[in-house]
Amino acid sequence: MTYNTAAPTADRGFLGEARYPGIFGWIFSTDHKRIGLLYLWSIVTFFCVGALLGVLIRLELFAPGETIMGAQAYNAVFTLHGVIMIFLFIIPGIPAAFGNLVMPIQIGARDVAFPRLNLLSWWLYIIGAGLAVISLFTGGGPPDTGWTFYVPFSVQTSTNVSLATIAVFILGFSSILTGLNFVTTVHRLRTEGMGWFRLPLFTWALYSTAWIQILATPVLGITVALIFAERIIGTGLFDPNQGGDPIMYQHLFWIYSHPAVYIMVLPGMGVVSDIVPVFARKPAFGYKAILLSSLAIAFAGSLVWAHHMYTSGMSDIGILVFSFLTFIVAIPSAIKVFAWLATLHKGSILLDPPLLFALSFILLFTIGGLTGLILGAAATDIHVHDTYFVVGHFHFTMFGGTGMAFFAAMHFWLPKIYGRMYDKTIATVSWGVIFIGFCILYISMKIVGVMGMPRRYYDYIAEFTDLNQLATFGSWILIVGLVLMFVNIICGCIAGQKVGANPWGGASLEWQIPSPPPTENFGEEDPVVTHGPYNFKKAGIL
Amino acid sequence: MSEAVHKDYIGAKFGMWLFLFTEILLFGGLFVLYAVYLNRYPEGFIAGGGELDVRFGAANTLVLLTSSLFVAMSITALRRGEKRLCSLLLVGTILSALIFLINKYFEWSSKISHGIYPGSEHLLEIPKGEAVFFNLYYVMTGLHGLHVLIGMIVLAFTLVFVIRDKVTGEDWVLLENAGLYWHLVDVIWIFLFPLFYLLLH
Repeated sequence: MTYNTAAPTADRGFLGEARYPGIFGWIFSTDHKRIGLLYLWSIVTFFCVGALLGVLIRLELFAPGETIMGAQAYNAVFTLHGVIMIFLFIIPGIPAAFGNLVMPIQIGARDVAFPRLNLLSWWLYIIGAGLAVISLFTGGGPPDTGWTFYVPFSVQTSTNVSLATIAVFILGFSSILTGLNFVTTVHRLRTEGMGWFRLPLFTWALYSTAWIQILATPVLGITVALIFAERIIGTGLFDPNQGGDPIMYQHLFWIYSHPAVYIMVLPGMGVVSDIVPVFARKPAFGYKAILLSSLAIAFAGSLVWAHHMYTSGMSDIGILVFSFLTFIVAIPSAIKVFAWLATLHKGSILLDPPLLFALSFILLFTIGGLTGLILGAAATDIHVHDTYFVVGHFHFTMFGGTGMAFFAAMHFWLPKIYGRMYDKTIATVSWGVIFIGFCILYISMKIVGVMGMPRRYYDYIAEFTDLNQLATFGSWILIVGLVLMFVNIICGCIAGQKVGANPWGGASLEWQIPSPPPTENFGEEDPVVTHGPYNFKKAGIL
Repeated sequence: MSEAVHKDYIGAKFGMWLFLFTEILLFGGLFVLYAVYLNRYPEGFIAGGGELDVRFGAANTLVLLTSSLFVAMSITALRRGEKRLCSLLLVGTILSALIFLINKYFEWSSKISHGIYPGSEHLLEIPKGEAVFFNLYYVMTGLHGLHVLIGMIVLAFTLVFVIRDKVTGEDWVLLENAGLYWHLVDVIWIFLFPLFYLLLH
């Protein structure tokens, strides 16, 4: 373990001195690492709230009929679960938290291109999140439309959809500003020797993601703004009585929201691409193939939105074209999976917690991706559309994919950021519990979906009882695993054993500076990069 | 914590251009709606367009084009060190924006007095193509008007910075970015004008 020679330092790096005292040193800091941690802990908080709502949904579905809540409460709970998990956890999750924490260091920069704009993004995130929470308790009660805000219901319901759309608009603005900041940073602030093909794959994934954030999010902005305008002043652009067309709402909504699923998953893929080579002690197989597939996913993923609308009354030609395009997205995704497996092949694999989470990403995302093809094919989609099969599918890709990657990133980079290691045994156990709970929960959903159970109802027929109870048991196991993992990670950050600069033996730039990183990342002189991010020989690790 | 002075002009302009892309896409959603509904109701759109007063639109187009000229000239003036001229030109730009909004106010008022506004009973009675045309008219010119207002505020702040020598002949990227934003507001209007006022011609 020659790479771990740098002794832990007493210096607390960026966690030490700040420009303002106390909490103001955090909430008014323009340091990308401090902003990253602000994001991280806000996001983890909202994840816990969202997970709790998920457990409530499962409890309601434990038995047919009303179990713990009625239909209206159930509608509000699943809407909230969706809005919180999508807009407050998965979309900002990896880019805003870990992108801010490590991306500037990975390219040898002292900060992002626009540090004050970066702080503004976090403030907008918190304001948007606050408005989303306020919308629950004001107006006509919590929104009950589902996170998709489909018209005409979202225009007609008396619940507080108006405020929720403002919240989504502001959150979208925050996401746009982060994307804009990251693209400019990668273009302008790479240090000497950091050519485009020496960028770590995590940075490449963030770069691709940032373009989708810039190009797709404004369309969501205008779409929710139109819902707001239709509710408040009756602009009627989606109202058939005034010549509008509700299907146009679905088009505009998915023009953003389908690319958005790649905003959610691409950074996760980047995390896995960075973790796998480190723990296989091998250079990333197919570096260029992985980065090009990130760009290809970003591009092709922007052309497939209408596959959410096969049953909405599109023309057959439209369905055929969108189905074909959907299958095309599978190709770059598969390239990535094969490249990760080839990286692992004949590697000296260290089964540390970050790799375990990354491996579960690969397995669960592959299952999620393949079930996506069943939904992408029009004939089978019409059978399973709006059933629990869809719910199982997107939880495999979003939670099994992005969620696992988020946990992998926490276990991979937080020892770096805090300079302290969590208990690896507990982390491994919590990974096992999460994995088992996850599979029981979501595989049951897929089966019950194929049997025909529709989503978004608080009630179901008696035939579905066994599988629903199994799923609810799974959710309990999952929650136990999550609590164990978060407690372990948080204890590790506060009081874990101190670690040196490079606890895992990474070769990219973030592992070459002390843990925790100093305020401006690098010393007096900017680093000069002489080898690629996975060249473990030249980095002196092998 | 040292606050290193890091000025990257290309980076700042790059970021601004990316932001302008997002603005175009924001309006893009509405242009898509316009295209689809125009395709569905060509007669309604022509009838609706015929009811708009092309003189209002043409006057506003002239006002905005002039204001864009002013803001471009103000940048050149500042780079030549003529701070007073630059400030005057910026005041001219802001005044033009104000004239645009006043003009818009009268135009909207006359339509509203005829019962044509979103949510009115009248829109439910007229042919659907015309109703959707007027709804689009209010949403698109309204969003554009909002951008004119934001542009005025941005330019006013820039003017203060110029007067206080925070933005100077050596450090003028803020003025240039404000100018870029103003040009975008202008360009969007250049598309809105024919789409709404010149449908008959």
